[in-house]
Amino acid sequence: MTAVKSTAAPGTGLPGGPGGSGGGRPVFGSGRGGGSAAEFVQRHGALVVLVAVLAVAALTIDGFFSLGNLNHIAVGAAFPAIIALGMTFVIVTGGIDLSVGTVFALAGVLAAWASQYGSLAALALPLAVCALIGALNGVLIAKARLAPFIVTLATMLGAWGLMLAVSDEGTETYVVPDGLAITPMVQDRFLGIGYPVLLVVVLFAIGGVALRRTGWGQNIYAVGGNEDAAALMGVPVARTKITAYTLSGLLAGLAGALNAVWLGSGVTIFGIGIELDAISAVVIGGTLLAGGYGFVSGSLVGVLLLNVIQNIINGIGGLSSAYQQVVSGSFLIVVVLAQNYLSRRRERV
Amino acid sequence: MTAIGMPAVRIDRTRVVPWLQEYGVYIGVAALLVFNIALTPHFLSLENFRTQAVQVTPVLILSLGMALVIATGGIDLSVGSVMALAAAMISLYLGYGPVVAVLVALVAGAAAGAVNGALVAFAGVQAIVATLAMMIGGRGLSLVLLPQLDGIRNPAIRELGAGDAFGVPYLVWISAVLVAVVVFVVRRTVFGRRIVAIGGNRRAGELSGLPVRRTLLAVYVLCGLFAAVAGVLATARLQASDPNSIGRLIELSAITAVVVGGTPLQGGRVRIAGTVAGAVLMQLLVSTLIKHDLPPSWTQIAQTAVIIAAVYVARERGRK
Repeated sequence: MTAVKSTAAPGTGLPGGPGGSGGGRPVFGSGRGGGSAAEFVQRHGALVVLVAVLAVAALTIDGFFSLGNLNHIAVGAAFPAIIALGMTFVIVTGGIDLSVGTVFALAGVLAAWASQYGSLAALALPLAVCALIGALNGVLIAKARLAPFIVTLATMLGAWGLMLAVSDEGTETYVVPDGLAITPMVQDRFLGIGYPVLLVVVLFAIGGVALRRTGWGQNIYAVGGNEDAAALMGVPVARTKITAYTLSGLLAGLAGALNAVWLGSGVTIFGIGIELDAISAVVIGGTLLAGGYGFVSGSLVGVLLLNVIQNIINGIGGLSSAYQQVVSGSFLIVVVLAQNYLSRRRERV
Repeated sequence: MTAIGMPAVRIDRTRVVPWLQEYGVYIGVAALLVFNIALTPHFLSLENFRTQAVQVTPVLILSLGMALVIATGGIDLSVGSVMALAAAMISLYLGYGPVVAVLVALVAGAAAGAVNGALVAFAGVQAIVATLAMMIGGRGLSLVLLPQLDGIRNPAIRELGAGDAFGVPYLVWISAVLVAVVVFVVRRTVFGRRIVAIGGNRRAGELSGLPVRRTLLAVYVLCGLFAAVAGVLATARLQASDPNSIGRLIELSAITAVVVGGTPLQGGRVRIAGTVAGAVLMQLLVSTLIKHDLPPSWTQIAQTAVIIAAVYVARERGRK
């Protein structure tokens, strides 16, 4: 977090954030003339779809709009949302983090194992290890300049190996002991809303402010918009990338640890493929995979949308959860195609 | 001494790195062979070589298609899911006879590759994203089609997986033929030259009139087709089609084999012999660790280290 105040005059003339647009708000490209409809679709398309899906589901499926079911969706979306927050930072820098799924699993097992030494250990150990894995990703990508997808694909395997090593080759399922101090803080509700949901709201608020209103956030946009230009303007490119990947690892670790406490044990198979959900959610939320453009609120909407669809699929009898993957994959492609189409139209304007 | 030593070290470095990129994979294979011959009991038996050769087939075949895709500067993350799709098709269409089932599986693989290729070549979607979506959706689709493991009792399919001709398993024959075909395509055909040209500089390829989009489409179709072949062979060997676990994380092994073999991820170059050696290296590495009673967790951590080291060494060439 030392990067926050180190750059002079953040937001002035950075690529992706044309000066004079008020507070250095990163605007997509510079052609604002005919792109307002496209801009609206890019920014709020996922929200519109979410509202439409919710409305249709509420009208056609019995019991969908009950408080219990909505809370169920919200809590189910909470842990993926935490991962998607970290993924948003990474994708805005123009990178990708494929390791979060197995990091999530590793964190769960570590938390369950460490919970025998108390609540602090159950949180501190997985967070430290996962932040370290994220930092390793960041250093390899930023300093050694290796391709993000191959580095994080490798650490995905490495984290899985580490998880197997900790859990006695996946045969040992550590159980979180009863009466652990943080268990009620994860499982209880406040005013009918689960604590994980509240945590997500707080984290996304902090993440949104950090991305929009701090020098660090401006650096993230600058690096994703045009890395060479950012470096020439004195943005600490390597440090910015390393913080993004470290945060991604840390948040995946937090999600995994909380998930383990929530379930009461470190389930070893949890988390496979969750990185794909996170990436889909971020992209569906309007963040560009090319980097330089994106916002955390969109990712939250993306996660909610995917979870609502999953809930509907589970609600319809006779459909296996594998349909969720088909829908998720198709959704990703449709959104990316739409984004490509929109950005091409904008270039022409 | 130091005055003489310093430049000598510098010259060494500029020579050693390209040399490592070129021949490192063979040294790795040789080192593992020597280590195993010396320390692993029963390593030098015909039976063991058979086992190793059969076990390497899926990754080897995948890495051939992957090498072509990477040579164009792309990537295909969906190969594992395409294997699962092929496995599901085999099980579903076995009722029409083994030949039809295999053909349908291959067509399904080529179709998945065509979707990838169309997205990359015509819609301009990044290869990572297009194939990532296929990776999610393809696995989901195969699980929708075939929700659980299905044993295969067809004698012809079983023979394909377990039989041999002239003492060499069919699986090894098939992969040898595919290697020969790909080597021929890369070295002797216009198509092969186009692949490398597109990877080297796509814009220049377009300006000089190469059919860039058509070539890209064909490369992804080939990669999907090869993935389907790998899926069919893996199913035949397993004697069961298991869309849930077949080919999970195998794309990583295939990419590693290609990169370790000296094909840079930036594209513009392809080395099939190195790719074959890379696949053998990964197979030997895993089997060495297993034979010395190291748990799977260690094999995965070791693989991670090898991948990162290989990409790190390969990176130097990309800069020049």
